[in-house]
Amino acid sequence: MTSGVLNLVLKRLGIAAVTLLIVLFAVFFATSMLPGDTASILLGQAATPEAVAGLREAMHLNDPAILRFLLWLLGLLHGDLGTSYANEMPVAALIGGRLVNTMKLAGITTLLSVPLALTLGITAAMLRGSVYDRTVTILSIGVISVPEFMVATLAVLLFAVYLKWLPALSSVNEAHSLTDLVRIYAMPVITLTFVISAQMIRMTRAAVIETLSTPYVEMALLKGASRSRMVLRHALPNALGPIVNAVALSLSYLVGGVIIVETIFNYPGIAKLMVDAVATRDLPLIQSCAMIFCLGYLFLITAADVVAIMSNPRLR
Amino acid sequence: MTTGRVTTSRRSFLGHSYSLVGVVAALVILAWTLVAILAPYVIPHSIGDIVDDDYFGPMRQGLWLGSDYLGRDMLSRVLMGARYTVGISLAAVSIACFSGVVLGMIAAVTGGWLDTCLSRFLDAMNSIPSKLFGLVVVAAVGSSIPVLILTLAVIYIPGAYRFARALAVNINTMDFITVARVRGESTLYLIGSEILPNIIRPVLADFGLRFVFIVLLLSGLSFLGLGLQPPLADWGALVRENIGGLPFAAPAVIVPSLAIASLTISVNLLIDNLPQKIRDRDA
Amino acid sequence: MSNLVEVRNLRIEAKTDSGRLVEIIKGVSLDIADGEIVALIGESGSGKTTVALSLMGYARPGCRITSGEINVGGKNMATLSEKERARLRGTDIAYVPQSAAASFNPSSTIMEQVIEVTRIHKLMPPEQARQRAVELFRALSLPDPEGIGTRYPHQVSGGQLQRLSAAMALISDPKLVIFDEPTTALDVTTQIDVLKAFKSVMRAGGVAGVYVSHDLAVVAQIADRIVVLKGGEVQETGTTAAILSAAQHPYTRELLAAFEPKPRQAHADADAATKQLLRIDNVTAGYGPVRDDGLPLIRAVDSVSLVVEKGRNLGVIGESGCGKSTLARVIAGIHPAATGDIVFDGKDLQRAARKRSQDQLREMQIVFQYADTALNPAKPVEDIISRPLAFYHRLDRQARAKRVDELLDMVRLPRGLRYRHPSELSGGQKQRVNFARALAANPKLIICDEITSALDTVVASAVIELLKELQRELGLSYIFISHDLSVVEAICDEIMVMYNGERVEQITPDKLTAPTHPYSKLLFSSVPKLDPTWLDGLVRDPELVSQYGHR
Repeated sequence: MTSGVLNLVLKRLGIAAVTLLIVLFAVFFATSMLPGDTASILLGQAATPEAVAGLREAMHLNDPAILRFLLWLLGLLHGDLGTSYANEMPVAALIGGRLVNTMKLAGITTLLSVPLALTLGITAAMLRGSVYDRTVTILSIGVISVPEFMVATLAVLLFAVYLKWLPALSSVNEAHSLTDLVRIYAMPVITLTFVISAQMIRMTRAAVIETLSTPYVEMALLKGASRSRMVLRHALPNALGPIVNAVALSLSYLVGGVIIVETIFNYPGIAKLMVDAVATRDLPLIQSCAMIFCLGYLFLITAADVVAIMSNPRLR
Repeated sequence: MTTGRVTTSRRSFLGHSYSLVGVVAALVILAWTLVAILAPYVIPHSIGDIVDDDYFGPMRQGLWLGSDYLGRDMLSRVLMGARYTVGISLAAVSIACFSGVVLGMIAAVTGGWLDTCLSRFLDAMNSIPSKLFGLVVVAAVGSSIPVLILTLAVIYIPGAYRFARALAVNINTMDFITVARVRGESTLYLIGSEILPNIIRPVLADFGLRFVFIVLLLSGLSFLGLGLQPPLADWGALVRENIGGLPFAAPAVIVPSLAIASLTISVNLLIDNLPQKIRDRDA
Repeated sequence: MSNLVEVRNLRIEAKTDSGRLVEIIKGVSLDIADGEIVALIGESGSGKTTVALSLMGYARPGCRITSGEINVGGKNMATLSEKERARLRGTDIAYVPQSAAASFNPSSTIMEQVIEVTRIHKLMPPEQARQRAVELFRALSLPDPEGIGTRYPHQVSGGQLQRLSAAMALISDPKLVIFDEPTTALDVTTQIDVLKAFKSVMRAGGVAGVYVSHDLAVVAQIADRIVVLKGGEVQETGTTAAILSAAQHPYTRELLAAFEPKPRQAHADADAATKQLLRIDNVTAGYGPVRDDGLPLIRAVDSVSLVVEKGRNLGVIGESGCGKSTLARVIAGIHPAATGDIVFDGKDLQRAARKRSQDQLREMQIVFQYADTALNPAKPVEDIISRPLAFYHRLDRQARAKRVDELLDMVRLPRGLRYRHPSELSGGQKQRVNFARALAANPKLIICDEITSALDTVVASAVIELLKELQRELGLSYIFISHDLSVVEAICDEIMVMYNGERVEQITPDKLTAPTHPYSKLLFSSVPKLDPTWLDGLVRDPELVSQYGHR
C-alpha cells in the first residue's frame, strides 16, 4: 500500500470520527426533547415537588444541555451507559445479551445473503436481457418496493400458516437442538435475507453491467476472449469497488430491517429492546441503543469507502 | 444509480416513446391519487362505523373488501388510508426534495467552505439509520401528521441533497457554466436557468424513488404503532391493526398490503420506464 | 481467392433511440492483398470504424451486419458462429484501438494483457510469450523493454500505451492488423515516433493492415492504398500516390483542399498606428497549494508576457499540457493569475472575472473547444444567443429576436435553426452558434480555445474562413489557441510557441520555416505533410527529441 492510499484511508477514518460526534450529539438532543419532565414521570403523579426537585438535581437535569452532553460522553468513554429509568438496572447489563442475539441474527443473514446476492447479481449481468435476468430483476424490484413487514408477513403466511414448517415466533431460550436452532432463526433470517439481498443484487448487477460496457472489455472481446473470461478477468476486478460498496450499503439496511423483524417475530434482540424502551420512554436505554445502531451503520459505510479506495488500481 | 430496467416493447406518440409497463404504472399511480383526493366523498361508510356483526368478515356485496377486526368497512378504511399514506408521503417528499435540491445546487455552484460544511453536516445526518431516526423523534415529540411529515422530510433531505449536488457538480464543470460565469451572471441565474433544466429529469426520478422510500418508512413506522394514531389509519396502520387476521388470510390484512405494494411497485416501474424523447436527427 | 480480405456489398444496420433501423453502411466493397496496408479515411460518422470492426465479425452493440460477405483468409466472418469468430480474433486478425488508455484494463499489468491473447488461444507457453513481448517492445522502441511490462497502464504515457497496444496486437503474428485512429489522441511530436514504430514492425513482418483515420497526411505516410468513405459508402479507391495527386471524386478533392495552406494576406493597414488592445506582463498561474512566495506549487503558466493589437490576431501554439489553455483562462479571468498584470484597452484588469466590470467582461469573450459542453443542452439556440443581448444590452423581446436573426446570418446559419436544441445540430453548426453567442456581446477581443479541434477538416476550414470574414467586417481581434499549426498559420498575424508553461518563441507566419528555438524546430518539423515520402525522409535531431519528445 502506498502512502497515497494510507492518506486517503486515514482521511476517511477522520471524517468518520467527526461524523460520529455529530451523530452522538444529534441522538442526545433528539432524546432530550422528550416532552414532560423526566423526573416527574419517573416518580409518578403522587410525588412531592421536593422529591422531584431532588431527583432533578441528582440526574443533572438542571444543568445546561451541553454540560449534560459532555457528562454523557465522559460516561461513554468509561463504558458507563447509564442506568435504565424503567427498572433501575445498568443499561450495559440490559444491552449485553440482547446485542449478542442481534449480532447472531445479522451475522447469519450476512453469511447467507452476500454469496446469494453476488451470485444472482453477477449472473444476471452476464445473462443480461435473458429470461433469467428479467426474472431476477422483477423479483428484486418487487422486494425493494414493499415494506419489510410485508416480506415478514408473507414469510409467516407461507412457512408457518400454510406449510407449517416453522413457528411464527422466536424464543432463543428454547433452543435445545440443531433443529430447534434452525426453526428459531429461519423466519427472521429468511425475511432479512430477502430485504437486503434485493438491494445488493440490483447494485451488483448495475456495477458489473457498467464495467462490461468499457473499452477494455470490448478489447478483450476482440482478442477472442470468452464471455466468462470477459466477466471474470476484466469486468469483475474493476467492479470490485462498487460491488463492495453495494454489499456494505445493503448490510446497513440490516439496521432498519432488524427493527421490524425483531418486533414481528418477538426476537429478543437489541432492536426489540429499543422499541420497548421507546414505549416506556426509557431515555438512557434509547440513547444507548440508538448509539449502537448508528455506530454499526457508520462502521459499515466507512468500511465500504475504505475498501473502495483500496481496490482502486490507480492508487496501488 | 443505474439499475436493472424492466422494459417491454415501446411505442411512440407525440415525439416520445412509451412502454406498456410505464403506461400501466402511471395509470395505477393516477388512480391512487384520485382516490386520495376524492376519498371523503365516495366512501360508502364512515371509517369509525361498525357495520358488520362479525369481525374479519369476507368480501361480499355491500362490504366489497370485507370488514376489519372490529367489524368496520374495509373499503372505506382503505380508501381513506390512501389519503393519509399518499398525502403525508407526498408532502414530506416535496419538502425533502425541494430543500435538498436547492441546497445541493447552491453548494455545487458556490463551492468552498459552504459546500464543505453543508456536505459534512448532511452526510452525518445521513449516517443515522432512517427508521431509527423516525423511532427516536416520534418517541420524543409524539406522533401527529405535521410531526410525521417534518420528520420524514428531514430524514430524506440529506439523500436528495447528495443526489442533486452530485448532478449539479457535473453540470457545473461544463463550459456553458463557465461562459455564464464570465458573462457575470448571478448564482440565482446559474442555478435556476443553467443547471436546473439539465438535472430536472433525474431529479424527478429521484423524487419518485424517495416517495417510495417515504411510503415504506411511513408504513413501517405505522406498523410499529409509531405512525398515525387511531382512529386515523394509513395503510401501514391498517396492516398492524388487522394482523390478527393473518392466519386465515383475511382481506382486512391482505388488501392494505396490496395497496402499498401496488403504489410503490408502480412508482418504481414508472421511473424505469419513463417516456423517452425520440432524439433522431433527420437522417 | 487472391486477396487476404475481400469485402463484398457489406451492409450494416443500426438501431436508433426510437427503435428505428438506419443503414449506416450501404454496400461497401473492398480488397486487401497480403502484406498491404489500406487506409479507410473519412470524417466522423462516415462508417470507417464500423467497416474496420466488421472485418473481425464484430458490430458494436445496437448495430447488426445485415448482408454481404466479409472474407478474411478464406472465411466469411459474416456467417461464422460467434465461437468460430472468437477463434480468429486476436490470432488471425488483431485490433489496435483508438484510445489505448481506455482499452487497457486498469487493474492488471501491461505484460499480462499483452500476452493474454496467447493464453486465450493457447498459442505458446507464457514464458515464451513474455520473451516475444519484450522483443516487440524493443522493436517498437519503447523505453525499458524489460521492465515496462510489470507496470500498470496508468503508470505509462499515452504514446507508450499506443505502442504497447500494437505489441498486444502483433504478439500472435496475425495476418491482418486493424488500426483504429491510433494516433489521433497523441501530440504531433509523439505521433511521429508511434507512426515510425508501426511502420517498421508492419514492414518487417509483412503484415497486412487496415488503418482507420481522418487525417490524410498521416495516412499518406503509412498506407499503400486509400479508400475514401462518406455516409457509409465508398467514394473513391486508389493507391496513395494516385489519391494525393489525381483525386477524381469531388469529396476527396475537398478533403485535399482543406490541407492547402491558405496564407493570410497581410494587413493593408499594418503600418498604420496600431493600438494595443491587450497586454499581459509576466503572468504566472497554476494549481495546487500556494507557496510562501505567493506562487502556486504547479505552475501551468510561467512568467508569460504578450501583446495583442487592435484588429490583429495572436496565435498560441503548443502541445497538450503546455499551459496554453490555462493562459486563455487566465486572460479571461476564469483562472485568476497568481502574479502579473493584465491591461485591456488601456485599463488595468482585475485578475478574477467576478471583480471585473460588466463592460470589461462584455468586451472580452471566450469560445471553447467543445461546443457540446459550451452550449446548454436544455435550451434552444434562440435562448442561448439572446441571453447576452438581454444581459449586456438590455434589449427587449422584439429587438432580441431581430438581433438573433442578424447573428445567425453572420455565422451563416439558417434562421430556422433558432428553435432547435444543440443536440439537433451538427458539430460545425454548434460551433457557429457558440461563436454567435460571443458575437452577441459586441466584443473587442475573442479568445478562441481550440475551437476547430473537435471538427472534421473540411468543416474546420470553413469555420476559419468565417472567422476571417467576420474580422474584416467587425474589426475584431482574436487570440487563437491551438495545437494545430496549419490552423494558426491560416489566421494569425503573430504566433507564440509555448512549452512547459513558458513562451519559447514568437514568430510571424512568413518565418515559420525558420524558427530559432530548438523546440519550435522540433514541433514545426513534426507536422505531417501530404507527401508520402515525408516520414521516411524525416531526419530529426536525436538530442532535440530526447530533450523535448515524449514527456
